[in-house]
Formats: sequence, structure tokens, C-alpha cells
Amino acid sequence: MAAAPPLLEARGIRKAFPGVLALDDVSFRLGPGEVHALVGENGAGKSTLIKVLTGVYQPDRGELRLGRKQVAFATPLQAQRAGISTIYQEVNLVPQRSVAHNLLLGREPRTRLGVIDLAGLYDAATRTLSQYGIRVDVRRPLRSLGMGAQQMVALARAVSTEARVVIMDEPTSALEPREVDTLFGVIDRLRGQGMAVVYVSHRMEELYRICDRVTVLRDGRLAHTGPLAELDRLKLIAVMLGRDVAEVRERGTTTFSGDHEVRGGPLVEAKGLSRRNLLNDVSVTVRPGEVVGLGGLLGAGRSETAKAIAGAFPVDAGTVLVAGRQAGRATPAARIRAGVSLLPEDRKAEGIVPALSVRDNIALAALPRLSSAGVVSEAKIDRIVDTFVRRLRIKVTSPHQKVSELSGGNQQKVLLARWLATGPKVLLLDEPTRGIDVGAKAEVQALIEELAAEGLGVLLISSDLEELVEGADRVVVLRDGAVVGELAGGQVTESAIITAIAAGGGDD
Amino acid sequence: MTELTAVPVIDKARLLSWLQQYGVYLAVLVLLLFNVLFTPHFLEPANFRTQLIQVAPIVITSLGMALVIGTEGVDLSVGSVMALSSAVVVLYLGYGAGPAIVVALLAGALVGTGGGALVAYVGVQPIVATLALLVGIRGVANVLVPQLREFRNPTLIWLGSTSVAGLPLVVAIAAALTAVVAFVVRRTVFGRQLVAVGSNRAASELSGLPVKRILVSVYAVSGTLAAVAGILATSRLQASDPTSLGLLMELSAITAVVVGGTPLSGGQVRVLGTVMGALLMQLLSATLIKHNLPQSWTQMVQAVIILAAVYAARGRHP
Repeated sequence: MAAAPPLLEARGIRKAFPGVLALDDVSFRLGPGEVHALVGENGAGKSTLIKVLTGVYQPDRGELRLGRKQVAFATPLQAQRAGISTIYQEVNLVPQRSVAHNLLLGREPRTRLGVIDLAGLYDAATRTLSQYGIRVDVRRPLRSLGMGAQQMVALARAVSTEARVVIMDEPTSALEPREVDTLFGVIDRLRGQGMAVVYVSHRMEELYRICDRVTVLRDGRLAHTGPLAELDRLKLIAVMLGRDVAEVRERGTTTFSGDHEVRGGPLVEAKGLSRRNLLNDVSVTVRPGEVVGLGGLLGAGRSETAKAIAGAFPVDAGTVLVAGRQAGRATPAARIRAGVSLLPEDRKAEGIVPALSVRDNIALAALPRLSSAGVVSEAKIDRIVDTFVRRLRIKVTSPHQKVSELSGGNQQKVLLARWLATGPKVLLLDEPTRGIDVGAKAEVQALIEELAAEGLGVLLISSDLEELVEGADRVVVLRDGAVVGELAGGQVTESAIITAIAAGGGDD
Repeated sequence: MTELTAVPVIDKARLLSWLQQYGVYLAVLVLLLFNVLFTPHFLEPANFRTQLIQVAPIVITSLGMALVIGTEGVDLSVGSVMALSSAVVVLYLGYGAGPAIVVALLAGALVGTGGGALVAYVGVQPIVATLALLVGIRGVANVLVPQLREFRNPTLIWLGSTSVAGLPLVVAIAAALTAVVAFVVRRTVFGRQLVAVGSNRAASELSGLPVKRILVSVYAVSGTLAAVAGILATSRLQASDPTSLGLLMELSAITAVVVGGTPLSGGQVRVLGTVMGALLMQLLSATLIKHNLPQSWTQMVQAVIILAAVYAARGRHP
């Protein structure tokens, strides 16, 4: 395989942004039929490299070669025309339009009159999707599908545009295990067809399942490139972090230490939360100092449960008590005042306020207590922002930097800071480490530990079973909107959670 | 990532972003300089006064418009609200100028609240909700005062013609309101919250912001400011003329806001930029008129400036 000419090659790429050198002399080779893992911490330059490869950015120095030809992409469209397709972390489609329209956008079959042939369109879309094992009504608007199904549509769209190179940026972050299997099946087929895949993911087990080669970036430089089989997990993490293998081994792959000291009566008690077709009599309690995990598959009602407790998801029945008292009206404002904070799952859509600075994002939810008579106190804001930037080690050039310029991990820390600034009693964390790099992930996990030790109650939702098992004292398992099991202490193991999810089907 | 010391390249995106933020100041400066050099009598105080008095109502309505646009909305009803407040103020002059002004302001606030409620609670798109008001409220104003009606109330006339410390009161009011709105945007919880709502409504809701109340308030403020502009214009005119007062004001206000560097996509409010935008447009038409170019020229040049402003705003997202 090494003898074959690369399909896509980048040589000596340099890309600087004002004040930051994002890529410094980075080279990257992608051979045909190769699934190439691109890894690195946030801010290592992965996203920048992908954007250079796909024509979003133009490199300051260095060259791109497609096959034997030197190329330069002035726009993403040019890169796409040259056969490079990208699937981004967040699905970039038109949610209001039908699945079929999205799938064939710009390539719709036409009738002789030049108008779109709807029957043909639906037919072609159904056929394309079924190739990838996706069965949905292609006439439905895309947004009516779950995140996972939307992602599969995005993928099908990308690979059906005669791509030679497919770049996947965290493609599995919203997928269920079953969907991941489907995805990997598709990737295998692409590989067989001689296409090349650049695979960006933070999930180690996936990399080892599907990737042939790996390129590691660190601080904008090339840290390692070679066959993945030559690096075991620990070595790979060590290269990414630029640390010793021994050090990594000692820390383990998650930063959780295990059990927490639980003190006193329930901090939050959700009883009988129900909403037609979505939640069915869900009850959860969290005590001070306790980390309670919510397990289950995508669509099991985990996010809905957290949102219902936070007052952001209307329920038909059920009560929420905070520290033994009614938690006020079911609005986010009332619940925040009662001491409940929710870190939402969708960082971009529900978390970050992109036009605001890091500082204003952190202060956002706490503004009422950082002001008097409606006038904000800059001094109070500075103090609290300063505290959390330091405590959470948020990497910013200045607190006045736009939050949208930060990496995913740092944005997540900004959101955590926003919630901690409200002085919560209970933190509901919905996928707090999804899509962030290994370093930030470890820091966020360590922070959860720390907060629990300080007596906060934490409700942790995570699709990462390892994180759930190591982080939670108790795990409540949901399936189809209902509680199907609760595990505590030594019972909390990956296999027990999986068993609970699987067994839950028999009960109802 | 590695820090770089002084990157000596002119970054196009940065240049555009700079132009979007400060281009309007530069343009006003250039135009002033041009006039000082080439326009006879330009530096005379009388000319300055006239220009400022003319621009004051535009500035006042633009302030409200800037807030609404900051929430990713738009308020097309401001011109009609000016007409309504003009009609209401003369109708109630029998109770004295003070009460008449208060009722006219309330009328403006009420219309704004209605528009805001449509947007926030009913979920009507801002452009549609306020378009309905643009049409309907002009109609109401015309029903209240069917034809041009002059008035003799000395207080109301005084309001439009007096000066404080050499500055026409109308201009002083516009300046004071600018200061108040700038303070609200920069220093108050309400100001911070309204841009957050404009930038990401879902995140604002989850962060416990009273999103609906904020939206209603913003439109109410816009309506009230439009009413202020209407009352001041009426007092200058010494007559109420609901058929033509404030016609196309919504477009002038949007222009001032956009040219001033506030993006239509919300999440940002540039108060001083907006005032500069209004001044720029005023200065431009005054300059062209003074050099005997027809009004149609002004319109064409204005179009170019609007496009330039939008282009610079577009460049902000590289």
C-alpha cells in the first residue's frame, strides 16, 4: 500500500491566524483504500487541517496534491468537485426540507420540462439510503429524524457524490451502537472501492476498529504518522498528550476515581415524570456528593429527563423537589433559582451564544446576581470570570475573545463555568465530554469529581459507558422513556448496564 | 498553539471586520472634510443646526431599531407609529401639552408591546408582525386625524423650536436618548440579555433568561422611541400630518443601523455606529443637494453605501 501513489497529499502546510500559528509545516498522506485516523487534542490543528484539505481555508505555505497533480482549492465547492467530501460534526443540511431533497440537493432528477421529478427523486433517495441500511420515509422533513439518522443521511449524501476522499469529523458522536455498526459497514465498503477516508474521532475503540493508519497532531505540528497497529492505546494517548506512557497508565483513560462520599437526604427528587410517548413515570433522586448516571440508548429519554428536571421540557405529570421543597414553576429561570443547572447536550444550538465574548457567555445565566438594580457590576463579573477561567483552565487570549473562536473543549468549559457561576446545588450534565479532546475530557471528569466532593449532586448522561461506569455511584437505566433498572455500587459495570438495557424490553 | 509576534500581513477578513465596525466613522469624517473644503457656507452654525434638527427624529427611531435588530428582529412599524403619535398628541392637546405627550408616548409603547407580543408569544415573524402594524397603524392615524391639522399650543411649539445652551432641544433630546440607550446596551442586564437572545435564543432560554419579556420590551421601547420622534417632528412642523409623517422612516432607520455596523443577524447592537449611520446618510444627501445634484443621485449613492456596509458585515465570518 505504501508503494501506491497517495490519493490526497498535503506537504509542508502552514496556516496562521492573527496571533496563532494553527498549522506549522504539517504533511499528510492519504492512500487509496485507506481509513486514516486524524487525532489530537483540541487546538492541535485537526480542524484547521481538514479545512485546508476541503478548501475552507487556503494554506499560507505548502501544497496540496490530488493524485499526481498539484491542486489549490479556493472554495469548498472546488474541493467537493475534485472528489473530496466532508461530513461535519454538526449536520450541515436543510432541516426543513425532506430527506430526499437533502440527499440529492443540487442533483435532483428532472422531468423533460426541467422541473424536479418528485417521484424519481423519492425513488432515487430511497434506493440510495437502502444501500447503506437506512430505512426512513424520504418524504419526511429531515428534522423529524433523530440525530443519528440525520447523520446517516449526511453520510449517504457525501459518499453518493462520487467522492474519492471522505472526511468524517466525529461521525459517531450522535449515533447509537447499532448505527455505528452500519456506518462501519459503509466505511468498509468504501475502502473496498478504493476510496480513502479521513476519520476524526475521540473514541479510541472506534479508531482501533476501523482505521489503518494514524496521524497525530499536537500544537499545530505533526507528532506522529504511521500504521495504527504499531501504537497501542496508551502509546497513542501518550503521543497525543505529549506525555510519558507511564504517566498515562497511572491516570487511566478516565480521570474518575470511583465512589464518592454521599451525605444527607435527597438534593433533587424527580417523581413520576411523564409525557405522552416520551417519558413514562420516570423517577430519579440525587443526593449531595453523589454522581448518578443516566444510562440508555439514544432516544431512551435521558435528555428529556434532564430537561424536565431543569424546567426546559414540559411534562404532563410529575414533580420535582429540590432539597425537599417544590422546585418552583417548570421554567429554566425558576429551576436555576432553585439550584438546578443543566449543561445541554447540543453545545452549539443550546449552549454557546456565539456573538458574545467568553466573559459574557460565562456571566449569562448569573447576570441577575451579578448586578444591582438592573445595572451589571463589571467588577463582580470580572471576579467570577477570572475565577472560573483559572479554575477550569479555559484557554483564552483574553476573556473578551469571542467564544466562537475557541475549540470545542474550551467552549464546553465556558458553559460549565456559566452554570457553576449560578451557584447550583445540582448539576445535570448531558454528554459533558462529547466531542472534546482527551485532555479536556480528563479535566472535565476531574472537575465533576471535585464538584461532587464539594457536596454538589450530579446527574451524568453519557453515551460513553466507560465514563458512566467509572464516574457514577449509581446508574439509572432508561429505555423507551421509562426506568428499566437501577444499579448501585459494585453492580455498576458496563455489562450490567448493557444487560439492563437489553432486558428492559421484556418488562413492558 | 504557538504565539506569533506581529504578523505583517494585511488580512482581508480583518480589514473588512474593521471597516464594518469603524467604516461609518471614517465615511462621516471623509464627507465632513470634503464639505469643509468644497462646500461654501458649510461651516456656518445655521447649516449645522438645520442638519442636526433634520436628523434627530431619524436618530431617535434608529436607536429603537438597533435594539430590535439586535434581537434578530426588525420593526417596520416605526414610521406609522410616528404618524399615530402625531395624531394622538394633537387630539389630546385640549388637556395640555404634557398629558397629550404622555398619551402619545403610551400609544407608541402600546403598539410596540402589541408587535412584541405577536413576535414573542404568538411566534409571528418580526417582519410580518410589524408589517401588519405598518399598514394598520397608519390607517388608525388617518382615521384619528383625517387631514393636516395645525395647532397653536405654545408649549408644543416651544418644544420644537427652543434651544438649550445653543443646541436645539430636539437635538439635545436625541443626544440624551443616545446616551441612555448606549448605557442600557452596555451596562444593564437587559442590554446584555437582549443581544444574547438575538444570538442564540434557545441557549438564552435554557440559561433562564426571560426571553419573551425581553422581546416584548424591546419592541415596546422601539415603539416609544418612534413616538418621541413623531412628537418632536410634529412640534417642528406645528401641525399633525398623519398621511405623510414618518413615511419610509422604517427604511431610513434600518439603513442607519446597518450602515452603522449592526448585523441584521442579531447578537450585536452598535449604538454610536447607528447614530453615525444616520448622520452619514443625512450628510450625504445634504452634500449632494448643496452641489446641485438631484435627489435621485442621493438615492443611488445611498444604495452603494448600504451594499458596502452589508458586504463588510458579510466578511466577518471567514
